[in-house]
Amino acid sequence: MTTHTNTLPGRVHGPSGWLWSLGVAAFVAVWWLVYRQLIPVSEWLTGLFPVDRHSHTGEALAFFFYDVPKVLMLLTLIVFAMGVIRSFFSPEKTRALLAGKREGAGNAMAAGLGVLTPFCSCSAIPLFIGFVSAGVPLGVTFSFLIAAPMVNEVALGLLFGLVGWKVAVTYLGFGLGVAIVAGWVIGRLRLEGWLQGWVRDIHAGGVGDVPSANLTMVDRYKQGIEAVRDIVAKVWIWIIVGIGAGALIHGYVPADLMARIMGADAWWSVPAAVLMGIPMYTNAAGVIPIVEALLGKGAALGTVLAFMMSVIALSLPEMIILRKVLTLKLIAVFIGVVGTGILAVGYLFNLIF
Amino acid sequence: MKHVKVYGPGCKRCDATEQMVRDAASKLSIDVEVEKVTDYAQIAMAGVVSTPGIAIDGKLVHSGGLPDAAALETWLAA
Repeated sequence: MTTHTNTLPGRVHGPSGWLWSLGVAAFVAVWWLVYRQLIPVSEWLTGLFPVDRHSHTGEALAFFFYDVPKVLMLLTLIVFAMGVIRSFFSPEKTRALLAGKREGAGNAMAAGLGVLTPFCSCSAIPLFIGFVSAGVPLGVTFSFLIAAPMVNEVALGLLFGLVGWKVAVTYLGFGLGVAIVAGWVIGRLRLEGWLQGWVRDIHAGGVGDVPSANLTMVDRYKQGIEAVRDIVAKVWIWIIVGIGAGALIHGYVPADLMARIMGADAWWSVPAAVLMGIPMYTNAAGVIPIVEALLGKGAALGTVLAFMMSVIALSLPEMIILRKVLTLKLIAVFIGVVGTGILAVGYLFNLIF
Repeated sequence: MKHVKVYGPGCKRCDATEQMVRDAASKLSIDVEVEKVTDYAQIAMAGVVSTPGIAIDGKLVHSGGLPDAAALETWLAA
């Protein structure tokens, strides 16, 4: 195998590592100071409008002015941190780690790596083929592919910011759980024959792995900044729209209306939420502010989480992309298994909380 | 004349990568032929797991995300 290198011989190094670290620390400190001022500032902004603070409109405005900067700030910090962490992982390394892994432990590892490995849905197909052709078991590959989009930093960041850390941690845990179990089940079913024919025939010959350059800490910080530019630029509009919708719900929808429709007592609410989620394709950024507002109006947590997972993990456009490598039968099994997992999470949550 | 392949199913980053290759080549006045590979089977067989990927004269030099502009120039000049 030939060796390639990403590092330049006479690479220009900018400010040294410790200067960058200092800069990052200073940024976090300023961030914290600004973050703590958000409530007074939002109240002040709301006060500028000629509305009664305790009216519906006043409530909605205060909600909007507080939540938009709060969520954007939290997201910036979390996306930056994840960007730095992800610079330690790459799909190639993950593939090497997972190749030939046994089911069970392999599924758990794949789900965990799915969260940490940089992933973009546009490269889901090459990644899928790359994994399968390099000897990563089908079920293990699925664990990765389920966890990677579902448990992402945007979803976790927004849940943390809007609903609280307990729900964020639970979402992380159950998201990983669904990915592990669903992948394991798909592996047990031995469906390798249901891949599209051409996928089975590919044996990625010379596994072209590009050895990652020896990144310096500065490079990793830069990747974090790159991630913020990339992701926050993409989702900010969804966050504002989502929080706007959430603010309207917050201000105008009568309390307890949701308790009747999406409450824990209505047994059919969980499957209905999952079904509703499949054709919907908003990213986490748009759906979580709405989720938060629904929770405030008495919707049951399990039902709402099931809805969220379904929107993110079982999206129609993704199925259409996957169709290129999976047969319809296999896609049906995929939806069935993941959907059942999400249902279980929804019921379990409603039972516990 | 260098033959450069840019692997990617056609997302925004892939187009950006192609443009970066052209820019770097014209900056260094290197004669290049850039080919975009969008077929999933070919992408996978080239060993590209995360797109966009770049191969120069049949040798894979980069995969996953936009390349570093300075690094791209050294690959082209090599």
